[in-house]
Amino acid sequence: MPEATAAATPVKQGIGKHGIGKEGPTDRTTARARAARKRAILVQSTRALVLVAVLGLWEWSARTSVIDPFNFSMPSKVWDQLKEWILHGTAQGPLWEQVWATLQEALIGWAIGVAAGVVLGIGLGRARFLADVFGPYIKVLNALPRIVLAPIFLIWFGLGPASKVASAVVLVFFPVFFNAFQGAREVDRNLVANSRILGASNRQVTLQVVIPAATSWIFTSLHVSFGFALIGAIVGEYIGATKGIGLLVATSQSTFNAAGVYAAMVILAVVALLAEGLLTFLERRLFRWKPAQPGADG
Amino acid sequence: MSRHTGPAIELRGTSKVFRTPSGGLHTAVRDLDLTVGRGEFVAVVGPTGCGKSTTLTLVSGLEEPTEGDVLVAGEPVRGIGSKVGFVFQQDAVFPWRSVLSNVMAGPRFRGVPKAEAKERAREWLARVGLSSFEDRYPHQLSGGQRKRVALAATFVNDPEILLMDEPFSALDVQTRALMSDELLELWSGTGASVVFVTHDLEESIALADKVVVMTAGPATVKEVFEIDLPRPRKVESVRLDPRFIEIYREIWASLGEEVRITRERGASHA
Repeated sequence: MPEATAAATPVKQGIGKHGIGKEGPTDRTTARARAARKRAILVQSTRALVLVAVLGLWEWSARTSVIDPFNFSMPSKVWDQLKEWILHGTAQGPLWEQVWATLQEALIGWAIGVAAGVVLGIGLGRARFLADVFGPYIKVLNALPRIVLAPIFLIWFGLGPASKVASAVVLVFFPVFFNAFQGAREVDRNLVANSRILGASNRQVTLQVVIPAATSWIFTSLHVSFGFALIGAIVGEYIGATKGIGLLVATSQSTFNAAGVYAAMVILAVVALLAEGLLTFLERRLFRWKPAQPGADG
Repeated sequence: MSRHTGPAIELRGTSKVFRTPSGGLHTAVRDLDLTVGRGEFVAVVGPTGCGKSTTLTLVSGLEEPTEGDVLVAGEPVRGIGSKVGFVFQQDAVFPWRSVLSNVMAGPRFRGVPKAEAKERAREWLARVGLSSFEDRYPHQLSGGQRKRVALAATFVNDPEILLMDEPFSALDVQTRALMSDELLELWSGTGASVVFVTHDLEESIALADKVVVMTAGPATVKEVFEIDLPRPRKVESVRLDPRFIEIYREIWASLGEEVRITRERGASHA
């Protein structure tokens, strides 16, 4: 009771002094909004400045031969290279074909790796026996630097896309698997107990409780793993291929075209960022049931 | 009250021993005898951590007794029965399901067609006063509202046996009193037998027909008190009844001693 009256008093006073009471907070709100806008502009412009400074320094030191322009190239040459690839195509065909080839391999490898990782992760997470049997083997496989398998896949599956897909799969599988496994293991016990009391069968618990509960774990790994899929595809192409951005890097390198290597990197970065954006969009749609995270930037 | 058709729940010389992570053995419940009549509301009170909740998991079939028998409707418990409802202490609603879908979960798990499940869920949502919230997600509700969802989700299955494990302990005092009244109202129409575990003696007297006092862990029944306060009761007003205060004093004389023992044990461990 005393708290309620204490809280009520200042409100009454505020209403009493019409003009002043009203102006004070609105002034402060606009001031705060202005400050926030100012800060956003400052952050953006500093960001742009950093980029310009780095590129400028690079360009300047290459032109004045502080660094060797043949080995290190320079931003303007990279830009020219990109323009040429876009407008006139690359030595191995049009640019979009190379991008699409890499993207296709990465996507297929990613899809297979994710599907296998989720199914096995959830399965082993739910079945104690299987987890105990396969646990050590999976640990050993995970400890292996799996990228060394890429040359073997090249021998097995040839120069075509299959060998790149395979190396993407082995890179993607493990992080997804471990997250799905962990997610299935860490489902709230109360939630499982509750659903069993409500009448859920084992299958229903897996499909309707464990999988939804593990999705946020799985999604965390999806972000990282798409990057891995791209790495798998690129490395595969680099070792031996007839198409793709990795081949672009390899041919640029073998002709001592440093600008070409950088240009391929720029293309890769753009592709990776677009894929990341798409995933974030999907995640938002899927996780509408989650409270908005404080501090997550818009 | 008529309860001549045999007890709804019977525990006979039941013990439950858990293996602790360090490899030792922990006896949660020892040699427990407890009978709950049909349609009876039994409150179980005892010191914190004495093994009250374990009793519920044994009746629900989530855990098996190490020794002794647990009977529900005269049959020994084997696995989770379809007649049992359980309201947990923590939120056990599905955060990724809307309110309506949460309440539909039970019937859907049990194979009730979607339309019928929806109809029954809406009915119970109306009874707990959440009709206008059916499209919300749990994180958009208050603690009291989430508890109402949990109650509706439990009652929609028409449980004959209702097990409640300190269901309102996470709520603030006013909400708790309100929820207790709502629980009594919901329960009065169902004829379900209730075992309500709590460490709040006032709550137990206000709600129950019978209060069972447990000993300090390992839990076993110390004393059983019949509560002869007339129904229907309102939690806030029954609390001021002279008879209520009399009963409270009587039970506390028994419970207080166990609480003291638990506290002294805690002190000697520290």
